[in-house]
Amino acid sequence: MTRVFVPIDAAALSVGAGRVAEAIEREAKSRGADVTLVRNGTRGMLWLEPLVEIETSGGRVAYGPVNPEDVPSLFDAGFLEGQAHALSLGATEQIPFFKAQERLTFARCGITDPLSLDDYASNDGFAGLKRALTMEPAAIVEEVFKSGLRGRGGAGFPTGIKWRTVLNETADQKYIVCNADEGDSGTYADRMLIEGDPFVLIEGMIIAGLAVGATQGFVYLRSEYPHAYRTLRRAIELAREAGYLGSSVLGSGKAFDMDVRLGAGAYICGEETSLLESLEGKKGVIRYKPPLPAIAGLFGKPTVVNNVLSLATVPIIMSKGAQFYADFGMGRSRGTMPFQLAGNIKQGGLFEKAFGITLRQAIYDFGGGTATGRPLRAVQVGGPLGAYFPDSLLDTALDYEAFAAQKGLLGHGGIVVFDDSVDMAKQARFAMAFCAHESCGKCTPCRIGSTRGVEVIDKIINDEDRKDNLELLDDLCELMEGASLCLLGGLTPYPVQSAVRFFPEDFDKAAPVQQAHNH
Amino acid sequence: MTVRAWDEELALARIRELESLPGAMLAILNALQDEFGYIDDAAVPLIADALNLSRAEVVGVAYFYHDYRHAPPGRHVLKVCRAEACQAMGSESLVDYLQTRLGVPMGETTIDGSITLENVYCLGNCALSPAVMLDGDLHGLVSHEAADRLVHEARRNGA
Repeated sequence: MTRVFVPIDAAALSVGAGRVAEAIEREAKSRGADVTLVRNGTRGMLWLEPLVEIETSGGRVAYGPVNPEDVPSLFDAGFLEGQAHALSLGATEQIPFFKAQERLTFARCGITDPLSLDDYASNDGFAGLKRALTMEPAAIVEEVFKSGLRGRGGAGFPTGIKWRTVLNETADQKYIVCNADEGDSGTYADRMLIEGDPFVLIEGMIIAGLAVGATQGFVYLRSEYPHAYRTLRRAIELAREAGYLGSSVLGSGKAFDMDVRLGAGAYICGEETSLLESLEGKKGVIRYKPPLPAIAGLFGKPTVVNNVLSLATVPIIMSKGAQFYADFGMGRSRGTMPFQLAGNIKQGGLFEKAFGITLRQAIYDFGGGTATGRPLRAVQVGGPLGAYFPDSLLDTALDYEAFAAQKGLLGHGGIVVFDDSVDMAKQARFAMAFCAHESCGKCTPCRIGSTRGVEVIDKIINDEDRKDNLELLDDLCELMEGASLCLLGGLTPYPVQSAVRFFPEDFDKAAPVQQAHNH
Repeated sequence: MTVRAWDEELALARIRELESLPGAMLAILNALQDEFGYIDDAAVPLIADALNLSRAEVVGVAYFYHDYRHAPPGRHVLKVCRAEACQAMGSESLVDYLQTRLGVPMGETTIDGSITLENVYCLGNCALSPAVMLDGDLHGLVSHEAADRLVHEARRNGA
């Protein structure tokens, strides 16, 4: 019997992994080959998807990208024994993109069947939970604090401090809320993890519950991720049936249960207070802070709100210890970060690496440069609120503080590459338009400022009083940054002003000829 | 995509299943949209009653979130990602192409009722841009020709 792995990750499916799996089953049947098909998560080398792996005595070997039409020739070549074929990639874990990583949070992703509790447990799963069950809540919190783990959603706030605040609150009910509203363009780590290793998130949430005394968890998942929703729902059911969730976690007498809720297409719900409003069944309008969600969060109760990756990193911290994790990274950015290469990139995919490599290394050593082969012109790190960097800033280290020093943000680790065909005035306009589209409307700088921002940029593009309007835009950006209630209005100036600062030539062109339909 | 015509009994049944959840509003709206493809105005008083809220509160939520439609969509919904990673790989040209090809602007349904074109801001497929989602199925590296094939197949299946 040969085990053949074909990913069930949505990105792999988007380029035909489902049809490849069917073709392999059909071909195996017609040839009488003894094949067990495993639908794993993705290894993250998305440019190689559909990536088919064969388990051989010498480890797993890979072929890709595989089309359904390639399947007969793969059988002919003896791929079930790991033989050579035009699509051979050799041993999966020796592929340079994979080999150069430090996979801690994503250790199992792509290796296991995402919905197999046996796979999970036999690959170090639940070791962190078992240790946590022997510890006092304060000791768990201290362990997470000492690991140096900071919020992976984007803000980078120390997770241990957040947990400590909730632990120290007295309340009849506390909650763990997982922010899986991964709306930043260029990011897909949460999706990939939930689809590829959902139990690690569940384990992280249980540990968080034990640490702060919360008995109920919610995952707020964006509606654009239907595959992740189905996987996570099933994983929660399986974990409940196996006694990991419920009134007595693994017979410990401590309760923890969880549910997953879908959003409805609002970017603002990635902001934690807006997310809480949405979970409560209301409009996703942000709340004033204070009070912090840690004190008065979901339904007014003390609530831990953490990103998927933060929670999913807790199990390895608990199983291997805080020091093991803290030994990775640089400065105040400890541990590893799953970076996601996106947009115009030759080797797009997710790689997990300790903080500290440069943006240039990420784009060229991992990503292989642009997909189109044209010169790179701009890179946006950190989603739609992240700054556009020119080539001269590519030697910035991927580290929270190094990025902040350049008026950029690391955010959720998305790296979107643009080649020289990009028009940066259009990108600046889009940043304002996106803010206008997604603003919750609570504060004026964001709600009105973004609309005025689009208008001013249009005037600049059309060469109406260009110099004055550039000054006005600067003034508007300063106002939005300083006076918006949350980071949507507060950070929209980053992409806008970086575009103006680093690519001024795009704001100094002849006015375009007006078209009849200007979308 | 299989949706049914508005049916008050069915809507009430779905509301009953979910009304006791804490913060049930989005779960209910999502379930109704799954069932009927949009949120019928007639659902508003039913939800308001079930959750002991005013109709205005229900309408406020139903119109806040971009996902909710207020009229039935076409038989198939094609969501085209227009966020930055897809922009970097030609999504705006794909949008122009689809609008011309289907003869409707984004947000509207073709005259034969087969396809509704919608904007979406990130499908989480940013390494395989441009990306689209057709009736909940994700597609990556979508060239103009690939988009044509998707539209053609969708129209053939259940048009």
